[in-house]
Amino acid sequence: MKSSVSTIQRPRGQGLVWFVPLAVALALVPIFFNNYYAQQATFVCMYAALALSWNVIGGFTGYPSFSTAAFVGLGAYAGAILQNAGMPMVLAWVAATAVTALFAAVLGYAILRMKGHYFAIGSIAIVESMRLLASSWSSLTGGGEGLNLPIYPGGPDHAGRVFFYAMFVVMIVAAVMSIWLDRSRLGFGLRCVQQNEDAADMVGVNVNASKISAFVLSALFCGTTGAISASWVSYISPPDAFSILMTLKVPVMALLGGAGTVLGPVLGALVFVLVEQTLMSRFLDYSQAMLGLIIVFLIFFLPGGLLGAGVFARISARIARLRGVQA
Amino acid sequence: MSALLRVDGVSRYFGGVAAVSKVSFELTPGEIVGLIGPNGAGKTTLVNLVTGVLRPSAGRVWFEGADVTAQRPWQASRRGLARTFQIVQPFPQMTVLENVAAGALFGGGAASRAEAEDIAMEFLEFVGLTPLAGRSAMSLTLPSRKRLELAKSLAMRPKVLLLDEVNAGLNSAEIGAAIELIRQIAARGVTIMLIEHLMKVVFSLCDRLLVLHHGELIAQGDPRSVAADPAVVKAYLGSKYAAQEQQASAAPAGTAQAPGEQHE
Amino acid sequence: MFLDPQILANGLMLGALYACIAVGFSLVWGVLNVINMMHGSLIILSGYLTFFAWLHLKVNPFLMLLVVSPVLFAFGYALQYGLINRVVSRPVLTTLTLTFGLDMILYNLMNVVFEATPRRIILDLGSLSVGDVVLPNDRLFAMFLALGLTLLLFWVMRSSRAGRAIVAVRMDRDAAALMGIPIRQVYAMTFAIGALMAGACGVLLAITFPVTTNISGLLLGKAFVVCVIGGLGSVPGALVGGLALGLIESYTGTWWGPQTAVLLGFVLMIVLLMTRPTGLLGKAGYE
Ligand SMILES: Nc1ncnc2c1ncn2[C@@H]1O[C@H](COP(=O)(O)OP(=O)(O)OP(=O)(O)O)[C@@H](O)[C@H]1O
Ligand SMILES: [Mg+2]
Repeated sequence: MKSSVSTIQRPRGQGLVWFVPLAVALALVPIFFNNYYAQQATFVCMYAALALSWNVIGGFTGYPSFSTAAFVGLGAYAGAILQNAGMPMVLAWVAATAVTALFAAVLGYAILRMKGHYFAIGSIAIVESMRLLASSWSSLTGGGEGLNLPIYPGGPDHAGRVFFYAMFVVMIVAAVMSIWLDRSRLGFGLRCVQQNEDAADMVGVNVNASKISAFVLSALFCGTTGAISASWVSYISPPDAFSILMTLKVPVMALLGGAGTVLGPVLGALVFVLVEQTLMSRFLDYSQAMLGLIIVFLIFFLPGGLLGAGVFARISARIARLRGVQA
Repeated sequence: MSALLRVDGVSRYFGGVAAVSKVSFELTPGEIVGLIGPNGAGKTTLVNLVTGVLRPSAGRVWFEGADVTAQRPWQASRRGLARTFQIVQPFPQMTVLENVAAGALFGGGAASRAEAEDIAMEFLEFVGLTPLAGRSAMSLTLPSRKRLELAKSLAMRPKVLLLDEVNAGLNSAEIGAAIELIRQIAARGVTIMLIEHLMKVVFSLCDRLLVLHHGELIAQGDPRSVAADPAVVKAYLGSKYAAQEQQASAAPAGTAQAPGEQHE
Repeated sequence: MFLDPQILANGLMLGALYACIAVGFSLVWGVLNVINMMHGSLIILSGYLTFFAWLHLKVNPFLMLLVVSPVLFAFGYALQYGLINRVVSRPVLTTLTLTFGLDMILYNLMNVVFEATPRRIILDLGSLSVGDVVLPNDRLFAMFLALGLTLLLFWVMRSSRAGRAIVAVRMDRDAAALMGIPIRQVYAMTFAIGALMAGACGVLLAITFPVTTNISGLLLGKAFVVCVIGGLGSVPGALVGGLALGLIESYTGTWWGPQTAVLLGFVLMIVLLMTRPTGLLGKAGYE
């Protein structure tokens, strides 16, 4: 009887079947390939971490957040300022993460009472406001000139590898967090909120605390990512740090993979970065239009994402059938 | 003596209009109390005030001796004060089992999701939804949704259960089954307040009735005497008919349906 | 300082343009529940059309109002009818992302075709001096046209059949459908009117400011802020919000610089979103 109960649940841990091999393959890239590929792999890890993070608020909780870039930018500036003040690099990353989390808690308390379009607009406005603030507060942020960071010693190849593994670790931690969340009490509560906020409240879910927790979880690794990429590029400026394009790209990746699925965003980030790289290098002048076309295609032809649309389920069913034939 | 729930002079205004006005009553453990009144009398609003969905404009709510006037709904349900919604509120894309497990996990304080699912199965069995456990809540028919709503609130292990028109929209066979179910819930020691338009249900279940009209509590007491109360008859039928009714001094409209009940 | 008439006049002229920018955006948001991320680019598109017609064909920019507006109307109608209608009832995330994707395409094409260098129409209409206050005539015309067009929309919404149908759909879509109002067409019409207003704004913008794709995001931001300040989906709301934002930017810009002015607009918007999501005018239907 018990076993029939657990089969009713959505299948769990299914994503690990492809996530583990993918992660291993990514980890090997800088060992076997040159710096260019290491760089692309770093982007994959970075966007995977960001998309996984976004998924916590946008997918699990169902709040259309566009504040990713606000967290990334804040993490970048916090990390840069601390590192320039003499803090060791890794410590500065950790501190930037903490600063971002704190900011997200306060911001979440303020803006999570909005819903739907209002929340979406509010969250975009936060990014714009932070960018303007960074450009005007010159004494702290260097204003429009931006900030330089110390260049990582040991040559570009070595540095490339160091930053790749840093991003890789962030992605793994974000994935572990997603898997934990999916099975946790908090994650269940967030799904309740996503389905029907009033009913969740009535059933005993502390809706506000859950939403704020989700917002903080969705911000944490954005902060880390921002700080790491600031150190990686050794320069930050307001429009790069608080990029509107990024704030919209990350949800698109999560949607591409399947919003609300546990590890789908990783797949979305991977596919997106690959497509972007191949298209961009070929149609340099039309790169943005290409992105736009991908978005339009995604919405009309893959509304549930790569995993959500049952594409993956169909493939695994086929594999299972093949196995059955062999046996 | 010791009241489980005490509502003390509670009022609520919506833009100057009193939807609930200076209402006081108590629920003692083990009772089934009916709350009746015409459409728009303020019954749902009163439930909202008791469960923290709305904050009273004046007055206090006490539960097990503690002042809970300022509580939020999730706190109410964790305390043991559960309710169903007049318009059912499932988690549409979750399974029936998950819906009920949510109640057990958050409101009922189950230790883990596995335990919550076990408790949920138990209550699905109780309301007769076991065969539908794996279906999505969205796919259920109205009577099943009402049962789901019941199972969900029962899984919260409430001490007091406020049922807001759980029978509206059901046919008479379904209503018979629902009455039986409510009786069984009460037999488990749950104190029940039942909002109901069908006098048949009220009379067969309730120990005591509260009558709300224009937000005011105009009568309370045992069902027979409340139904005979001229103020109640007047509230339901309007003063003109009330006068006729009194002249005819007919038997109280015990088995009839209250007017104005054709809705969900 | 509050009484400096030049700052006041600048604020009003800017505000009228903002109202005109926001009114179409607000209509689409209010009726369709779609945040049209293309709004800024649509304005720029018509700005470019006006500029090139003036440059190469010597067409008077004011005359272009009559050409560009119908073109954008048709474009908007086709876009909504053919594409956006298919996903209009999906969650915000989907519709917003879709219009953003479309915006990227349009933006990119404009960059390739028109190039991003700022282009400016020079009309030399002189200026009007009232005491110490200098009012450039082109801006003055633009202001009156912006106000006039906004009021015209108000009147159309009130008294035309299409306008009444749009209002009915906004108030209760299902009831409107039951009454036999063709929802898909009304949606397309609404989006088309939004695009038409963007088109008209683009013409006015081209007369008063340099046109460049770089400012399309900025214009979109203005539309957000004005909508939230004035309240969603109402012409008077857009008018009040636009004038308020114009005045705020004019004063704070003079005192603390333009960046602070823009920042203040956003902060005001966020505060209003949290405290008064229905805007300063409170709840209003599309009237
Ligand atoms: N959120 C609200 N805002 C404004 N008025 C409200 C609100 N909720 C209820 N009301 C008004 O309060 C009065 C009481 O409504 P309520 O829903 O409590 O009645 P009811 O007794 O439950 O009626 P019914 O039998 O139809 O369910 C009604 O006049 C209603 O219009
Ligand atoms: Mg009611």
